[in-house]
Amino acid sequence: MSSATCTVVTVRFFGSLREAAGRGDVNLEVDDASISGVRARLAGLLCADGLRALSGQGVRVCVNQTIVRGDVGLRTGDEVAFLPPVTGG
Amino acid sequence: MHTDIRIETADFDVSAEWTALRARLAGRAGAVVAFAGIVRDHAGVDRVSGLYLEHYPGMTEASIEKILAKASARWELIDTVVIHRVGELAPREQIVLVLVAAAHRPDAFAACEFVMDYLKTDAVFWKKEHRPGGDAWIGATAGDRERRNGWAPDDG
Repeated sequence: MSSATCTVVTVRFFGSLREAAGRGDVNLEVDDASISGVRARLAGLLCADGLRALSGQGVRVCVNQTIVRGDVGLRTGDEVAFLPPVTGG
Repeated sequence: MHTDIRIETADFDVSAEWTALRARLAGRAGAVVAFAGIVRDHAGVDRVSGLYLEHYPGMTEASIEKILAKASARWELIDTVVIHRVGELAPREQIVLVLVAAAHRPDAFAACEFVMDYLKTDAVFWKKEHRPGGDAWIGATAGDRERRNGWAPDDG
């Protein structure tokens, strides 16, 4: 059964991905409340290079600051972050 | 173990941090080891004119907490301080401070090196170098990873 309301999440980009995306964060309303749903929405928002960068080697996806693997469900208020490989301090 | 993790844009005062740590120790520690990292002046070599460090507030502190927990599981530590700067950093500026207090010298020396080696690879920071030909985001070096992996199998 589909939900009657949109799911609203914050998407954040860091380092090289922030530059590729041309922004540090964006609030998105998604019909499909999942990482793949977020990616689908970003496809309509980012340029081709920015979008490609999000699928680059070593890019990790976090939900509420925890690394997730594969596709996971999201709820309103969740923070999704795309992290390039860390440099360390 | 008392821990203090701070991510700041402002410079830190080693003397002030040292004094504050000693006050907390109240005679319990026999050794404090301090490491300060400084941005090298590359002038004339690869001419890096500065660094830009970015972090993910919350997640970065958590990644450092995890490193300190690993160190604490391995050595008898009383107090640790990690201060890491972010933002624009020029050559010759201080970038990181690690203070480790322990009852005995071997624990303090080893843990300080361990924490620094893990910070260089596992801490959630992204670093960009400003070069004459343009800026470049950089990764952890092979040497850094080798040093970190040298501490295995304690890597959880």
